[in-house]
This record gives sequence, C-alpha cells and structure tokens, in this order.
Amino acid sequence: MKPDQPRDEDLVRQAQAGDETAFTELVHRHERHVYTLALRMLREPADAEDVLQETFISALRGLKHFRGDATFATWLYRIAYNATLMKLRHPPAPASLDAAIENDENAMPRELTDWSHDPEAALMNKETRRVMDAAVAALPESMRSVFVLRDIDGLSTDETAAVLDISPEAVKVRLHRARLALREKLSSYFGAPRLTTKGAS
Amino acid sequence: MDHITETCREIKDKLSAYLDGELETALCAEIEQHLRGCDNCRVMVDTLNKTITLYRNYGQDEVPPDAHTRLTRVLNLERLKMKIQQST
Ligand SMILES: [Zn+2]
Repeated sequence: MKPDQPRDEDLVRQAQAGDETAFTELVHRHERHVYTLALRMLREPADAEDVLQETFISALRGLKHFRGDATFATWLYRIAYNATLMKLRHPPAPASLDAAIENDENAMPRELTDWSHDPEAALMNKETRRVMDAAVAALPESMRSVFVLRDIDGLSTDETAAVLDISPEAVKVRLHRARLALREKLSSYFGAPRLTTKGAS
Repeated sequence: MDHITETCREIKDKLSAYLDGELETALCAEIEQHLRGCDNCRVMVDTLNKTITLYRNYGQDEVPPDAHTRLTRVLNLERLKMKIQQST
C-alpha cells in the first residue's frame, strides 16, 4: 500500500459515517483475496461468487457493529471463511485426514531434482497454473485454508489464526505440511526430465 | 547424492520456520552450515522456497469482470434495501 493511501481503518470510519465510495474502495482492496479464498476452498467459480456477494453484503450490513478489535481484513475474511464453510457440503476435514499425506511427506526421496533455478517465466504458463491449482485442491481442507490465507492471500500467522479460529502454532504446523506436500507435487511436475534444460552442453 | 541423516529430517521439519525468518540466529547458522555440505537439503530448501514464491506471485485469482459487475449491482441493491428499511 502506498503511503498516501488511506488505511483500511480510516475507510471503515468513513464508510460507517455513510460514505459509499469508502466502502467501494474497501471492496476494491479485498475482493480478490475473498474470491481467492472461496474459489480455492470450493473449487467452483459460481460458489466462489456466491461467497463473494454474501461476504460483502454481510460486511455492508454489519459494518456499524465493527469495533476494530481485529483488523478490518481479519474481520472480513472471517465472514468470508464462515460463508465458505456453510457452502461446503461436509464439515471441515477432521484432523485425522492430515495424517493421510503424512506418509507421503515423511518419505524422503533419495534423489532430488533441483528446478529452483529455472526462470519463473519458463515455469509459468496455463498448464503450470493448472498443476498449481490442482495441487492446492488436493490438500486436506484444514491445510488448504491455512495455505491460501498465508501464502496466497499473504496474511500473517496471527491474522490467519484469527480468521480460522485456531492457534498460531497450528497455523505454522499446517502451513509447513501444506508447503511440503505442494513442493512434492510441483517437483514431480517441474522436476520431470522433459524440463531439464541444464546439462545439454 | 548425500546420505539422508537424522539431521536432514530434523532440518526438514524446521524449513518453513527457517524460510519465514522465525528461527534464532544460532539455529539458522547451524542449518546453513548443514546446507553447505548436503545437496539433498539444499535442493529441498531451494525448491520449497521456489514453491512458496510461485504461489505468492501467481497463485492469486482475479475476480472475473462479470462477477465484479454483479457484485457492484448486488451491493447497490442492498444499500437501497437498507435505506428503505431505515425510513420505515
Ligand atoms: Zn541434509
């Protein structure tokens, strides 16, 4: 955020006083993050759009009750996360599901391919993005929500903990497991021999 | 390739904390010393870091323009409803 831009909290105060453009600016700032969270959790664009609308309608109606105990972003993403949970047909994944990929993650491969020095431009294309999205979609819900908020939406550990109503320690543990699982998936894609351009000399 | 040791496993558990800058300097130094001598762990930390970077830089979803238009319309309608409710 540029220094000359008003803080969320200032915009909230203006919006509470009836300034519609202030609320519109808040929508502008946060809609992408709300949509990303909903889409990555629900996978269906139509469902994500429902959550997007529900979230900002709730925010508009509830803004007068917002006291600033949490940041506006935390408050808003909590609304979004709860709306997302309502849409998930089944309850949040039980902790035991986390164990499902544990075996995977503890099996340390003997040979590791280093694809970390490939330029991002070479790595990124539509197919890559599809692989990245599928890898996130395959995570258990409890890890997926943490990963999306922390690493994609860029929230801090404490903010993520507040949104999900879990401890900061739980955020760190789940985030690490999620990252390791995603690294495995991306490695089997990027690390595949067809992409090794090194050693051609 | 190097042999995977107990140290490698211990380090693997701490890599996120390491990359997120949450570890004490002494522990960081210990890890870095191990990384200099262990190809496996070095590749592990580099590819993990790259994974995080790719998602940070490219993982976001944009709200489709149509969805944004509909959101604006729905919010305008909601404001109207709120005004009517207030005035009655
Ligand atoms: Zn090692």
